[in-house]
Amino acid sequence: MKPTPSQTVGPFYGYALPFPGGGELAAGGIAVHGHVYDGAGDPVPDALLEFWQADERGSLAGAPGTLRRDPTNGAILGRDGVRFTGFGRVATDADGHWTLRTVMPGNGYISVCVFARGLLHHLYTRIYPGRLGQDAFLDALTPERRQTLVAAEEREGVYRFDIHLQGEKETVFLDFG
Amino acid sequence: MSEPLKQADIDGEIAALRAARAGEAADHPARDYGPYRSTLLRHPKQPLVAVKDPEAAELSGPVFGPSDVTALDNDLTRQHLGEPLGERITVRGRVLDRQGRPVRGQLVEIWQANASGRYLHQRDDHSAPLDPNFSGVGRCLTGDDGGYLFTTIKPGAYPWRNHLNAWRPAHIHFSLFGSAFTQRLVTQMYFPGDPLFPYDPIMQSVTDDSARQRLVATYEHDLSEPEWSLGYRWDIVLDGPAATWMEEGR
Ligand SMILES: [Fe+3]
Repeated sequence: MKPTPSQTVGPFYGYALPFPGGGELAAGGIAVHGHVYDGAGDPVPDALLEFWQADERGSLAGAPGTLRRDPTNGAILGRDGVRFTGFGRVATDADGHWTLRTVMPGNGYISVCVFARGLLHHLYTRIYPGRLGQDAFLDALTPERRQTLVAAEEREGVYRFDIHLQGEKETVFLDFG
Repeated sequence: MSEPLKQADIDGEIAALRAARAGEAADHPARDYGPYRSTLLRHPKQPLVAVKDPEAAELSGPVFGPSDVTALDNDLTRQHLGEPLGERITVRGRVLDRQGRPVRGQLVEIWQANASGRYLHQRDDHSAPLDPNFSGVGRCLTGDDGGYLFTTIKPGAYPWRNHLNAWRPAHIHFSLFGSAFTQRLVTQMYFPGDPLFPYDPIMQSVTDDSARQRLVATYEHDLSEPEWSLGYRWDIVLDGPAATWMEEGR
């Protein structure tokens, strides 16, 4: 069957998509943060990032309950903090900045899906927090391009990952066919 | 600043790009689509890098369950003390993968402007009235047949600042999850026969005529409920691969 075409997320998803604790995937692990920039080097304040990752042991079984709701009043309770859902969602702030708190993924990377006003079709990329040994996909890239996927450790447990939609430091974006 | 762009300028760019891409059976819009000015600095210029790894994490995806929604989430007309103004509609359809298999138990999220064409959002400064009885946000899980259903009101068209006198055709924003992260889709549903279609660079960014038609819901009289609502059908097909183990069902 022919797929339904993509359209931009637009600027007004704010009440619908972000939710409290969207970037708090797990406590007690690592923090990854950074900015999203456009081709002029300006921050993108209306991007929405989604994260999908394995747990520390590499399992991609992701439990439900990311948006757990209170059945009495419909409020968002969020994750129960015990079961690892593997899914996070964070809107960039007025500075184009975002933060994700999670655990180190057992398979070496965190998958990212980027939405924004002006992006007619979302983009995929990956965060490799530090460099944890060999990775066939990373190793096939030129050193310059590879660098855009590796999050540098700023201090213990805190990693920096900027996303450049366009320009000299353009991030490597992925195609899954 | 120079003269503001006029609709005729945008029309010319839309026509030129449609001619240039004629015969290309593209299912999705190109990320660089000049008539939609916000794409200019936000589309990558390097080619995407293909990932062929059968173990790729993206071939699985998040799961959602009954605890992630409440029963009233799919009725946007019942989220406040009073009823919203506007034409009450029901929108239903199925979420399928490219093999036509239903996408079961996955999250569908929608958001939209109110009947006057105004979003409940601080940065929407369109001078149309807010509706105290309408937030314009809904979600539900797909059923065993991939089906979803929303009760809402028909959104109004609204102006935006892409160019002088730019108006968006009425639309409902949809966000969908498949069984794999690679099937993720954010899109917009349009209403049949809207006279604004040819002027809208966001809709026209889908240059393939048959693909663009797949963004338009169908009015189905049998789905209208007597004395209650007008019925629209919109089926959604998710692109992208799923992991082979998903074929056994989840
Ligand atoms: Fe909109």
